[in-house]
Amino acid sequence: MGRNTRTGIMIVVAASGVAAGRALVGAGRRHSRRSVTATGAGRWQVVTVNRPPAEVLPGGLWPEPLRRLDGAVEVQVGTAPGARGTELAARLRADGPPLPGLAAHLLGDDPALLVRRALRQVKQLAETGEVLRADVGPPDRPGDGGGFLPEVP
Amino acid sequence: MRALCWVGGDGLAVREVPEPRLRNTQDAIVRVSRSATCGADLPLLSPGDAGLGVGDVLGHEFLGEVVEVGPEVRRHRVGDRVVVCSVVSCGRCWYCRRGLYSCCDNGGSTEPMVAEPPWGEPAGGCYGHPRSAGGFAGSHAEYVRVPYADVGAFPVPDAVSDDRAVFASDAAPTGWLGADLGGVGPGDVVAVWGAGAVGQLTALAALLRGAERVIVVDRHDERLRMAERDIGVETLHYGRTDIPAELRERTGGRGPDVCVEAAGAGDGGTEARGFGQRLLGGARPTGSSLAVREAVHACRKGGTVAVLGAGPGFVDAFPLGAVLHKGLTVRGARQHGQRYIPMLLKLMARDEIRAERLATHRLPLEEGPRGYALFRERADGCVRVVFSPQERAG
Ligand SMILES: NC(=O)c1ccc[n+]([C@@H]2O[C@H](COP(=O)([O-])OP(=O)(O)OC[C@H]3O[C@@H](n4cnc5c(N)ncnc54)[C@H](O)[C@@H]3O)[C@@H](O)[C@H]2O)c1
Ligand SMILES: [Zn+2]
Ligand SMILES: [Zn+2]
Repeated sequence: MGRNTRTGIMIVVAASGVAAGRALVGAGRRHSRRSVTATGAGRWQVVTVNRPPAEVLPGGLWPEPLRRLDGAVEVQVGTAPGARGTELAARLRADGPPLPGLAAHLLGDDPALLVRRALRQVKQLAETGEVLRADVGPPDRPGDGGGFLPEVP
Repeated sequence: MRALCWVGGDGLAVREVPEPRLRNTQDAIVRVSRSATCGADLPLLSPGDAGLGVGDVLGHEFLGEVVEVGPEVRRHRVGDRVVVCSVVSCGRCWYCRRGLYSCCDNGGSTEPMVAEPPWGEPAGGCYGHPRSAGGFAGSHAEYVRVPYADVGAFPVPDAVSDDRAVFASDAAPTGWLGADLGGVGPGDVVAVWGAGAVGQLTALAALLRGAERVIVVDRHDERLRMAERDIGVETLHYGRTDIPAELRERTGGRGPDVCVEAAGAGDGGTEARGFGQRLLGGARPTGSSLAVREAVHACRKGGTVAVLGAGPGFVDAFPLGAVLHKGLTVRGARQHGQRYIPMLLKLMARDEIRAERLATHRLPLEEGPRGYALFRERADGCVRVVFSPQERAG
């Protein structure tokens, strides 16, 4: 592999399940038709999941809650270096449909947060089996987060 | 149930709050028998720190009895006496697998908006801390919910009393971490800034790991006397001594091999805890940041400076050149208790760590506000206040 490849083979996966078949080197993620801002829509949001790709995407299918964003995001998955598991990347599609109604309303102009939250939950589910919940706060304070995505039961 | 809550400003009050419920399948509920104050609580109570919400329960160092377990809890049963690591970690992410439990990817908040702003990365959670640490209620209460109970709770051997074992939750593993970060071993000269419970347990850890000399720095005479008497270390009063000069003199002109900062918030000052506070001013370096600066100046060439203080967020005028020219290693961490607690409990069972002497004040929960006042003022020789939430004031 060339000097510029950071992450080995990245596979673009379609929500329908099977890897779309187009293998990209990691550097492929750098190019975007959208303008890229720090957390902006054009940037890939990435988490490293300490499980092998086959467990992160069982049967090649997008895991929940990422699946709920089908059509709105594109996803790449690759093997992390140094036996660190899987690099799972997602970003909003330039030509995608609008976000699911409530999410769009809550997120305002930073939809990348929705993607980050979904990735964090995928990671937690794969690593620990559940999404950790906060305690119910005192009455003066809201309980569990902003709820960008419905909680995974 | 009764719990000691933050009620705004530096105010604390004992309030009735709902009992905790199991929220995840790997949770346990613990009936708290001991819960201690910690230097890390003090910055949360300083004016202008917006981290806690009104009504949040304080406390993160505790021990108690398991009264309920979630369906996925394997290692604990109802009735077990457990000490719980103050840091909430999943045990299965890449960091946990490498023993870096406080760097856990999954133990804090899952909300990117909440977890990432403080330092850009999510980290392990903590009880009785702001939401970025996961939103877990504190242990100064009759009951507390323990997430990832198999990872964070440890059975206490019969030979170890509640009063001793509660220190295995936070202060003892933090002290051990300080010595471990410095790689302390036989023949080393170690200097420790801060003679609170964490500093004293750092000094003891250094001795247990074979350090030849340990020198503890503080300005509270009672704490310094305690370290001399109970641990057998040398002490220096930073109000009366030029610390770097004195350390050089005592170490053949070299400086200590390992310098550990275990200084809490300094007396009277406030550290900049966030970027905003730093920009707006109103913060001046105290405790931890002064101690780290001094440690960098004092440390021998090629030595290690370990940073334990959780207070400051931003520190300017840092002697970066000394790090380079002296070839120093500067390390820091929140404690990785899951790595050390079983071993510390064994040392406690063998009377090698008699930490209960640090509990200078034992109070019922109702006396929480008074306990924190004593602790903050270091009044009446206070080093740690330990609450017994099951006992009623009377
Ligand atoms: N890394 C972790 O996981 C972790 C865990 C627990 C506590 N802590 C931190 O460890 C520190 C100590 O905790 P503690 O409970 O013993 O606190 P404490 O407040 O009881 O004691 C701190 C001591 O440091 C002394 N001090 C302040 N400025 C000093 C200076 N410039 N030089 C020398 N001594 C100085 C104070 O006089 C005080 O005696 C705190 O900052 C706390 O936040 C870190
Ligand atoms: Zn503590
Ligand atoms: Zn973890």
